[in-house]
Amino acid sequence: MSEAQTALAERQIDRSQMTVSDEIAIQITGMNKWYGTFHVLRDINLTVNRGERIVVCGPSGSGKSTLIRCINALEEHQKGQITVDGTTLSTDLKNIDKVRSEVGMVFQHFNLFPHLTILENCTLAPIWVRKVPKREAEETAMYFLEKVKIPEQALKYPGQLSGGQQQRVAIARSLCMKPRIMLFDEPTSALDPEMIKEVLDTMIALAEEGMTMICVTHEMGFAQAVANRVIFMDQGQIIEQNEPKAFFNNPQNERTKLFLSQILGH
Amino acid sequence: MSNQSTVAFVRREILPPAPPPPGQAGVVKWMRENLFSSVTNTLLTILSIYLIWSVLSAIMPWTLNGIWAAGSLSECREIRDARGLESAACWAVINERWLQLLFGFYPTDDRLLSSLFYADQLAAAGGLEAVFGAGSNATDRIAFVNAMKAELSNLTIFFFGYWRPLVAVLLLVVAVAPILYASLPRGMLLFSLAYPFIGVFLFWGGSVWGPVMVALGIVASLYIGRFVAAGYGMLGGGLAAVAAFIIIFLNPLPFIDHGGLFPLLPHVKGLAASVIPLGLPAIPSDQFGGFMLAIIIGTSGIVLSLPIGILLALGRQSNMPFIRWVCVTFIEVIRGVPLIVWLFVASTLLKYFLPPGSSFDALLRVIILVTLFASAYIAEVVRGGLAALPKGQYEAADSLGLDYWKSMQLIVLPQALKISIPGIVNTFIGLFKDTTLVVFVGLRDPLGLTNAIRATSEWNGIYWELYIFVALLFFTFCFFMSRYSMYLERKLQTDRR
Repeated sequence: MSEAQTALAERQIDRSQMTVSDEIAIQITGMNKWYGTFHVLRDINLTVNRGERIVVCGPSGSGKSTLIRCINALEEHQKGQITVDGTTLSTDLKNIDKVRSEVGMVFQHFNLFPHLTILENCTLAPIWVRKVPKREAEETAMYFLEKVKIPEQALKYPGQLSGGQQQRVAIARSLCMKPRIMLFDEPTSALDPEMIKEVLDTMIALAEEGMTMICVTHEMGFAQAVANRVIFMDQGQIIEQNEPKAFFNNPQNERTKLFLSQILGH
Repeated sequence: MSNQSTVAFVRREILPPAPPPPGQAGVVKWMRENLFSSVTNTLLTILSIYLIWSVLSAIMPWTLNGIWAAGSLSECREIRDARGLESAACWAVINERWLQLLFGFYPTDDRLLSSLFYADQLAAAGGLEAVFGAGSNATDRIAFVNAMKAELSNLTIFFFGYWRPLVAVLLLVVAVAPILYASLPRGMLLFSLAYPFIGVFLFWGGSVWGPVMVALGIVASLYIGRFVAAGYGMLGGGLAAVAAFIIIFLNPLPFIDHGGLFPLLPHVKGLAASVIPLGLPAIPSDQFGGFMLAIIIGTSGIVLSLPIGILLALGRQSNMPFIRWVCVTFIEVIRGVPLIVWLFVASTLLKYFLPPGSSFDALLRVIILVTLFASAYIAEVVRGGLAALPKGQYEAADSLGLDYWKSMQLIVLPQALKISIPGIVNTFIGLFKDTTLVVFVGLRDPLGLTNAIRATSEWNGIYWELYIFVALLFFTFCFFMSRYSMYLERKLQTDRR
């Protein structure tokens, strides 16, 4: 087991708030996407209830990132329907902006704004999109920066922070918009092993508060500890999905078995 | 010393940092590394020192022995021979004609000069009105002014005779300062917004109501646009503002009679001017000249071309094919033709496109052309900055729910422009120097004036001194711009660890 996984195993996870409600947060039906003639996503059907914590895994190029990027319309889908929080994504920019302000996203490469301080990174969207007064936005930002345990860095610039700190700022920046759904696109893939733990800790804390989360990640320890569903994708399709215990102990599809044996085998 | 050659090694204590050994730092090290690192380098160093010395030894005596007080080139030569010098610069031409190089044939405020310094003579001649008033004799006036100016020093004429361009340029510095230096109070930006109208009034004169009306017209258009935008969105608001602007200034409506470029304004302006007649003597553009001309064309071009260039760069990246196509065509056409050709086109062809009877100010024409030309270059420079920005920045802005204009304004442009600073300033420096091209369309730029000075019998045959002076004027400004860009780059460097 990796260092991060050991650390996760040691952590006591509070499951009292981790409840899945009947309310549907995201509904994807018959969704297809092409890059030119290349069929990236094929007939995706997925329903995510409020409070669910879903981990999406699969080999590179399987379309997992593209899938979650379609949910906040960073990528356009060509066929099928995506409904987020009751808003159906179409070419209407108003719908897209509405969905984006409700859905937070954390990127592999953090994508903090390097010309703004940490605090400004966190207050920018609340001030300009939600029209929150500056002082209030700063209070909220400090609240979430404390939550991700880096309030003392608020006045520094992203370039002065380590990768793990930057990623925690990125999480705080998303949380400042008070999103109802959080998307994580390989949040720990660009980090040193020592920093993975601090980011995973932050994500677990978020799960403990009942946040609806979809995480594309290869941190299987995280999946086992927090997820209530694991989805395996290959060649743009959902190959298998199950509860983590069943998924890891008893995979059904041959491709899943091969994948799991390769990432867990050493 | 710990022995690290064995397989098992554990460091018990961390070594403290130590200073470098002697001879590895300071001037000696620098010279050894950079000047005398090898036989070839040593030879090159000696050769370079020799070259620098021979150039300086040829130029410095000429410059430093220069003659400052003389009335003509031949007088200069007599003084030089009397002093037994082999060569000497005749700086006297600068000493005598620097006002002309700065202001061209821009008229001095002779009323002010005479009432300040020649009140007695003025009274003897019958007072201000008798000399300068409507009924006065032009020949007498010229004689009076010439006699007066012959006695006044150039410095006095500079400060009092040319107070209008002088105040205008000083106020320009005040207006530009808060834009260049963020530490200055933000309230000064209001003055920067008002400056174009103040500057136009001071330089061109005429009724104060002209610039005031134009300013009010623009403010009115913006308010109408904002009012409409509240109900019909950004696009509707923008269109309404443009429509209001056109009605106020260009007046396509048939029920108000045509005339001039600003047809609605003369009526209101005439009314206001008859109630409160306030103004300065009007000075037409063809009397503008000298370095002042370079500053007027250069700053207007710089200030106007940056926003236009940014919009063109964004347009070129747009998803909307029509906008992209328009921007690409504009940029390629403007950039593909030399500026001098555009200046000729503007001075001849434009007449055919404008309504008959409307005259188009030569200087305004040049400013528009230079602006458009520079904005095409700025657009390409900014496009480079936009392309250098990682895609993740756009995505992060999108994922936070920022709309296009907000993400451009807050995320993309601040970073893209920062990357583009060297290129933008490079374009601006080029633009500033290109203002000398206006000599070919009949405007008196500093270079054109050197010809005018040489055409006089006193200074016929003088070259170097005039050119050096003009070169120094331009160099001062361009050097400031380049230094400022370096300051700005350092200031904006936030991504350094």
